[in-house]
Parts: sequence; C-alpha cells; structure tokens
Amino acid sequence: MVMAQDCCAPDGNVMILACSGGSNVGQLANQAAVELTQEGFGKMFCLGGIGGHLSGFVQSARDVAQMVAVDGCDVGCASAILRHSEVPLQNYLVVTDLGIEKNKDFNLKPSDIKRVKDAVREVAVNGTAKTQQGQLPTQGCSCCG
Amino acid sequence: MEIKVLGPGCPKCEQTEKHVREAIQEAGVDVTVTKVKDVMDIAKHGVFMTPAVVVDGEVKAVGKVPSKDEIKSWIQK
Repeated sequence: MVMAQDCCAPDGNVMILACSGGSNVGQLANQAAVELTQEGFGKMFCLGGIGGHLSGFVQSARDVAQMVAVDGCDVGCASAILRHSEVPLQNYLVVTDLGIEKNKDFNLKPSDIKRVKDAVREVAVNGTAKTQQGQLPTQGCSCCG
Repeated sequence: MEIKVLGPGCPKCEQTEKHVREAIQEAGVDVTVTKVKDVMDIAKHGVFMTPAVVVDGEVKAVGKVPSKDEIKSWIQK
C-alpha cells in the first residue's frame, strides 16, 4: 500500500516477497515477512500480483532497488513466480535450508519465526543472491545503486 | 494514448510529470496526461512506491524518474 509519506521512498526500502504455502514453512515465510514489515525492516509485497502478471506488481519487482524472496521449501514457488515474470532474483532464501523441517503443523514456533526473520535480515544486508540450489544466479543483479 | 503519472506530490513526482510532458512534446504524439495524487487511486495500480508511470493501463516504471528517451520509447510506435 502506497502512503503519501512513502512517496519517493529513499534507498533501503527492501521489498519482501514471501511464500505463503500450505505448510509450516510456507507460513513461517509469510509470518516473518509480516513481522519484519511491522518492525520497519522492509515492506511485504504481493507475490500473488506478480504471479497474476499484473503490471504494477511486476514492474515494481523489476524496478525495486532491493528485495528478498523467501520460499518455504525447495519446491520454490516464489522463485518460480519471479522467474516466470522475468523479475531478477536478487536475494533469496529457503526456510527449509535453515534446518526447519517441513510439516503441516500451523502452530508456528516463535523461535522459528525469529530464525527466518534473522535470515532475511542477513541476506538483505549481505546482498547475497542464490538460486534454489544455492548457486549464484546467472542473470539479474544483486546490487542496485 | 493515455499516460498516468502516479504520485502524491514531491520533487521526483514533479520531475516525472515534467519528463513525460516534454517527451510527448518532443515526440509529437497525441497523448493525454493525468496526474494521480490520491493515495487510494495510486494503490489500485499495485505499485510498490511512487513515482510511477502508467501507459495505456500498463505500468512502465516504479519508484524512479524515467528519462525522456525511455518515455519516448513507450509512446512511439
């Protein structure tokens, strides 16, 4: 949601694109994004809008200076959506790569939410970009001035 | 052709509108330019930040001031 005070938002406005899939790790990604937004670290944005090829969402993701994409597991839905919409994958992490096992228990542990949030902050600060396989992407930029 | 410049009002938004109007004049294309300032109307376009430029319903730039050459590339067929 664009607010008047965010017009011409300064550098450092991190776009957070999170999976919200039907598992604990999908919801951990989502909840981490919600809480990081509430805490003022970045802004959660609409992965669904990008997946629906709505131009405002797609162009926003292409033009944003910094983003972090968070998938719950290595099925990689968020990554696939961005690839399909030709949005460069800047910073990326997968919740299961943090050692959190995927299951259907939606009683999320606060400690797990914190782990994901910390990982998002680290990825955003370090500017690392990884594919699902943990490799650096072959296209797109990991740093936008 | 219609171009919308989305932005509540700030130096970058003003600069964007200026670039759009100058690009149109230089290109000699018949284009209607609308400035969208209302926050709710801006939000309907799904943009992450402003300024933003919409050409015939398609968002072309978000969060930056596009150059006149860039704008011309959008409006010249």
